Amino acid sequence: MINYTEKIPNNVDLGRDRVLQRALEHWQPAFLGWWYDMGPAESRNYDVYLRTAISVEPDGWAQFDYVKMPEYRWGVFLQPRDENRQVNFGTHKGQPAWQEVPGEYRSTLRRIIVTQGDTEPASVEQQKMLGLSCPSLYDLRNIFQVNVEEGRHLWAMVYLLHRYFGRDGREEAEALLARRSGDTDNPRILGAFNEPTPDWLAFYMFTFFTDRDGKFQLCALAESGFDPLARTCRFMLTEEAHHMFVGETGVSRIIQRTCEVMKENKVEDPADLRALGVIDLETIQKYLNFHYSVTLDLYGSDVSSNAANYFTSGLKGRFRETKLEDDHVLSGAVYPVSEVVGGKIVTKTVPALTALNERLRDDYIDEIADGVRRWQRVIDQAGIPFRLTLPHKGFHREIGNFAGLFISPEGEALTEEAWKKHEFEWLPSPQDYAFVQSLMSGRVTEPGKFANWIAPPLRGINNQPLHFEYVRFN
Amino acid sequence: MDVAVSQEAKTKPAAVDYQTEPSRYKHWRLSFDPPVATLTMDVAEDGGIRPGYKLKLNSYDLGVDIELHDALERIRFEHPEIRSVVFSSAKNRIFCSGANIYMLGLSSHAWKVNFCKFTNETRIGIEDASRYSGLKFLAACNGTTAGGGYELALACDEIILVDDRSSAVSLPELPLLGVLPGTGGLTRLTDKRKVRKDLADMFCTNQDGVRGQRAKDWGLVDEIVKPQQFAEHVKQRALKLAESSDRPVDAKGVPLAPLKKIADHAGLHYEYVDVQCNRSGRTATITVRAPEGSSEQTVETALEAGAHWWPLQMARELDDAILSLRTNELELGLWVMKTAGSPEAVLAIDKLLLSRQDNWFVREVLGRMRRTFARLEVASRSLYAIAEPGSCFAGSLLELALAADRIYMRDSEESASGTTITLSEMNFGPLPMANHLSRLAARFYEDQAHIAWLRGQIAKKLSPREALEAGLVTAAPDDLDWEDEIRQAMESRAAQSPDALTGLEANLRFGPKETPETRIFGRLSAWQNWIFIRPNAVGPSGALKVYGTGAPVKFDWEKV
Repeated sequence: MINYTEKIPNNVDLGRDRVLQRALEHWQPAFLGWWYDMGPAESRNYDVYLRTAISVEPDGWAQFDYVKMPEYRWGVFLQPRDENRQVNFGTHKGQPAWQEVPGEYRSTLRRIIVTQGDTEPASVEQQKMLGLSCPSLYDLRNIFQVNVEEGRHLWAMVYLLHRYFGRDGREEAEALLARRSGDTDNPRILGAFNEPTPDWLAFYMFTFFTDRDGKFQLCALAESGFDPLARTCRFMLTEEAHHMFVGETGVSRIIQRTCEVMKENKVEDPADLRALGVIDLETIQKYLNFHYSVTLDLYGSDVSSNAANYFTSGLKGRFRETKLEDDHVLSGAVYPVSEVVGGKIVTKTVPALTALNERLRDDYIDEIADGVRRWQRVIDQAGIPFRLTLPHKGFHREIGNFAGLFISPEGEALTEEAWKKHEFEWLPSPQDYAFVQSLMSGRVTEPGKFANWIAPPLRGINNQPLHFEYVRFN
Repeated sequence: MDVAVSQEAKTKPAAVDYQTEPSRYKHWRLSFDPPVATLTMDVAEDGGIRPGYKLKLNSYDLGVDIELHDALERIRFEHPEIRSVVFSSAKNRIFCSGANIYMLGLSSHAWKVNFCKFTNETRIGIEDASRYSGLKFLAACNGTTAGGGYELALACDEIILVDDRSSAVSLPELPLLGVLPGTGGLTRLTDKRKVRKDLADMFCTNQDGVRGQRAKDWGLVDEIVKPQQFAEHVKQRALKLAESSDRPVDAKGVPLAPLKKIADHAGLHYEYVDVQCNRSGRTATITVRAPEGSSEQTVETALEAGAHWWPLQMARELDDAILSLRTNELELGLWVMKTAGSPEAVLAIDKLLLSRQDNWFVREVLGRMRRTFARLEVASRSLYAIAEPGSCFAGSLLELALAADRIYMRDSEESASGTTITLSEMNFGPLPMANHLSRLAARFYEDQAHIAWLRGQIAKKLSPREALEAGLVTAAPDDLDWEDEIRQAMESRAAQSPDALTGLEANLRFGPKETPETRIFGRLSAWQNWIFIRPNAVGPSGALKVYGTGAPVKFDWEKV
């Protein structure tokens, strides 16, 4: 018997909820089994300086201490309830927000939650081996923090499945532990979550690009008329912000280090830079191209009846729905989407309801562009004439109107042959991956030391110094 | 149709009451000359159940058929001495001209569908009485026998047509109105009377019908008789038909006392049956209670109780509830079947019902249950059964669950007795569905091995897990899951397209085996109901709409 309030910090009255207890009695050991199996390699006995959420109060959501990861207190937290909250969009607009699953939307809601939930353990699986090649204890601690919080986000989704979806929900919660990232026979649901995260540059790119998709999806779900989902997602967003911080600063520090080496040695040729043990900016641009394009696919088809249904039913809103000034029903509204006609990319308008995926993708692109500008500033400040750019929206896409087409980063529709000729000028080649991995053949474990290919961060975690022992290996 | 639908939507008409009795009949005369009873149709022109049309020429509407249904039940129960029934007409040279066309033209789609369903059930009830009850029926067609009039005759064992050189039998629906003969006419022409398909085709596309010798040659009637000999011939044939009956000569009938029923906004309330309407949830919960106490069951106590004997009263109440809900509560798309009371009491009655089928009354009571339960599957409503601690899904009441699209059984630890269901012999044949199969046989696609195994479980109180394993229930959520599971199952059902659900359920409920009844409720009704919403019938210039107005019919000639 689990002592729930001790072991599982929560604000959902778990100690008195028999439905949840029964479900968790079975699932919690299965989750630990999964963690041992698929969590960070060889990390079982490490003491890691981690942040744990123990309440939703301002002082409660970030408690720092050394923790062995399998003993991490994965909790269940929802943003406190607003008694007056309403469904804010779609046909149910103005009705009180639902506290229980409306039967007619049960399967749709379950699918939304399962799809979101599936990404959480997937990224842990994708990052399993990275701890063995960490550039510093600071970074090692950060990836572990990301991993345990992805685990907590899995818990958050599983909470919803257990609490509101009965037996189906319990079966889906089991299945979330059974799928495996990249397993051909048993893959994770979304494509990007089956791509390997082979090195630390990929990890930072992933947390910058793909975790930001997570943020936008959570923002849209945080508007949901199904109140428990909305409240769950709100709280997850506070944690997601840290993941994106890890990604953005990680890439930024790699750029910074490369720029330093370029200046110190007055070299620009990628081959020279590689010889000096840093990652050339061209390769960083290729990684960017890859992660950006793969992540754009996660938003789904440009024109989607599913997205329209989710919105009309009040299940999934737009980014910052309640801050938008329109009717929140989108009757008669239109939205532009791109498609390729006769070899040319053209824009056409479609009913806004059907273009909600595209709209969320565009909101995402705006935010990504800001981040890329901040990276550019690092290059500019070093006085190096290199421009990082976001490729065209249609580049390297497998879902939506550009799927199956061959669009260059500049947005020209090419033949397959022409595109293939340039493929590895735009995307990392096997040689590029091999090079990046060659930099990361071992791990840096001395407190305060950083690998040659990355600059130290500006400051440590929780006001600790950079030489703090963020991970103890025991 | 659009007009009719919107009119109906605006003003909800008074509820239809299916209860009546002979002293209130407007359209039929019921007379007895044992062993023969005569049902004389004499439709009151101004006696329509809804305003806006006159019931001319012995044409009928739902009100006429409600009386017919009542009359048949009274013959069964109140007149065991009756062995054959003659249908005749009080109108000169008209037997019956079928369903009133103006009524059909004015009616909403839902009304037409409901009307046809009930008339079909009543016709099938006539054949049921012939098959099981020793009552034989004779149609004495003393004049024009058109459309639904001929379909009524087709439901009888024997059809005698007057041979006066003008009276014909006909099915003019298609040439005249652009619809089908929807009360089983097409099915009985082929399945029952085996009229060759080309002759049937000729017959059904010709609005004047067929008379005299040709009617007999084609198999449309059994006999043609000159006007002078008609009455005597009918009498002799009726007596002859009566000879084959095993109905008792000297038994005392059982009066069918009026049901005690309270209809209020919450629902319908009878002694053993209660209906709670949840209009916002579009759900009706029908609870059937077992009899109180467990007094000894004998034929004598049953006869003494008469109409108050539990299985009869329960069936009559349930029948009335089903008919009321079907007609008056169109938006309650999901019926939740519940039961309560002592399984032992029901099983004891089942035992008597089955062991004393030699008694006319016991036999009739079983028939009443059979016909009532068979209405469930054609009700055009989703059916869920909910078995909980204290419920009584045993034997004949288990049929209410087996009729359902899904059965939820609560796997409860909170109650000492738990939830159980119990099979009895009643589940293995005496209460067949429209496909002539027991609900168990249909459920398991006549898998004899499994059915034999289930027979071995008779009288055993099956736990939720046992019931689930035996395939008798759909799901057995436990106490923790129960409420949410049931609520969501009901909400999601009530939110789906009512049309598509009706179609789905009709496809899944009956399995592969066809009978005339399944063909009537499936093939015939489905096509008819499709035609009923097509502009060629009910558009502004549709045949049904413009009939009698002199305006020309305009068809869309595209053949779909």
